[in-house]
Amino acid sequence: MIDIHSVSKSFVTRDADPVHALNLVSLEIYDNEFFTLLGPSGCGKTTLLRLIAGFEAPSSGAIRIAGNDVAALPPQKRPVNTVFQSYALFPHMSVAENVAFGLEMQKAPRSLIDERVREALAMVRLEGFAARRPAQLSGGQQQRVAVARALAPKPSVLLLDEPLSALDLKLRKGMQSELKRLQRETGITFVLVTHDQEEALAMSDRIAVMRSGDVLQVGTPRDIYDNPQDRFVADFIGESNLLPGATLGRDPAKTIVVRPEHIVVSPASDGTKGHATGAVSAITFLGSDTLYEVVLEEGAKLHSRSRGGAALSTGDRVVVDWARHLERELAN
Amino acid sequence: MNGVKPFDWRHTPGLSAYTALIFVFFYAPLLILVIYAFNSSRLVTVWAGFSFKWFVAVAYNGAIRDAALNSVIIAIVATIASTAIATAGAIALERGRPRFGRGAAMALIAMPLVVPEIVVAITTLIFFSGLGMHHGLLNLMIAHTVFCIPFALLPIQARLRDMGGTLEEAGRDLYADEWRLFRRVTLPLLLPAISAGAIMAFVVSLDDFLISMMVSSAGSTTLPVYIYGMMRLGVTPEVNAISTILLAVSIIFVAAALLVGRRNRFA
Repeated sequence: MIDIHSVSKSFVTRDADPVHALNLVSLEIYDNEFFTLLGPSGCGKTTLLRLIAGFEAPSSGAIRIAGNDVAALPPQKRPVNTVFQSYALFPHMSVAENVAFGLEMQKAPRSLIDERVREALAMVRLEGFAARRPAQLSGGQQQRVAVARALAPKPSVLLLDEPLSALDLKLRKGMQSELKRLQRETGITFVLVTHDQEEALAMSDRIAVMRSGDVLQVGTPRDIYDNPQDRFVADFIGESNLLPGATLGRDPAKTIVVRPEHIVVSPASDGTKGHATGAVSAITFLGSDTLYEVVLEEGAKLHSRSRGGAALSTGDRVVVDWARHLERELAN
Repeated sequence: MNGVKPFDWRHTPGLSAYTALIFVFFYAPLLILVIYAFNSSRLVTVWAGFSFKWFVAVAYNGAIRDAALNSVIIAIVATIASTAIATAGAIALERGRPRFGRGAAMALIAMPLVVPEIVVAITTLIFFSGLGMHHGLLNLMIAHTVFCIPFALLPIQARLRDMGGTLEEAGRDLYADEWRLFRRVTLPLLLPAISAGAIMAFVVSLDDFLISMMVSSAGSTTLPVYIYGMMRLGVTPEVNAISTILLAVSIIFVAAALLVGRRNRFA
């Protein structure tokens, strides 16, 4: 569907050297997929989105949408619509006029426009708001108008640039499932940009984890969570313990990655054997779970998260253990 | 923390007297001019009762009417032409790919605001005679259009900068070509700023004296130039009356520009 081939982008700045926003990025985004570009700010994810939309041109490399090289196409000629981070609703138009805009520009007949506007507003559950101005809507409603406006022309690809970042937590959770539902119902390929790993894990079919202009790993949320191929990915997605090999008596050139929920902490007095011994340095009660911070004898610190909780208190000597198949060994 | 209060300008000694004095210097002369426009005496300095007779005299003075008409025609033409040019220029400056430095372009455009007006007036005169152009009103329209451009450009450019480019990106993303993007998105959003710029241009053109003085010829006299001519024969209450009218028109337009700029600034 979208084929990104060895794309680089550098920005020329006035005083310094050019900034390399993307370094030879290659990605394939499939039809009908909810794909997420995930990474911290400055990783190049928004730049990549803007290249797909056509707001920027790549410094090198090719972007194909449905087999066609779009390098020479301006944004208005690409079968792609964008939901902007700031929503970018036209303030001088009503909700209905905003949603109708794309179809009008495509010179669709009036009857089709009216039908699609109704359809799109129904899809985002804003049927009663057609005559309002954007300024009369709440942030969450504006967000939904932005989605309806981008979906109304039925593009092949919908690009979403941090669409939920301006909403409060509760609205955000609601919109996550809304967007997921819209993607399934419409069958349109969604490309989401976010820095929120939880959001990415919850919504995506596949995720590309990016850092400083590079794609580090592409895979399903489960794949990326269970099999991080990179220290950064392991650390950025969910919580991880990154333990130097030496502290566990293993190859010092390796880092052992273990998720906190896989680590079992038991009192040293039990006589159980484990990977290491240490002392509990902090206990945090999280409701359903309890988080233990353990300082190993070799000096490293790790976190264990467990249901319920053993009867441990701070300062107790403990043994930490986990099933070997749940850990990952990465090069330092 | 160390007991020293931060400087607070509101507690400067004599601040209110000083402020009052500034306003007196600003507005007392205008007030006196306006009051004596309603004086029934022919003497400018002696009050002899309230009267509209000088306004009536102005209304019946054919030469003043002609000059006023010239001023208004020139101002309308210069306003339309300079606002159109300023709109295009502001969009090129804010949205176009810079060819040479944006700063340099801005400096060149804003230059007429700092160049002494007498210099502009003389060079404009020399320019027209060099070209052999002696078209009376047309010369004035061209000259006024040129010096009105920076006044119209500044508010439009400021609005474009405030707006940011995202709305236009959204328009392009939704299949608008450049022309329809301008018609449906950019122009409607700029309209308050364009109106404000146009009103500024109108007032600047209407009030201009020095350049008009140099460029105008017999038959194309503007109102300020005519008033100056009247003054040389001594200040008559007629001058006060016509000046009062000009003042009122200017205030109304500038106030309108401010109001238009404030309203319509969509959340």
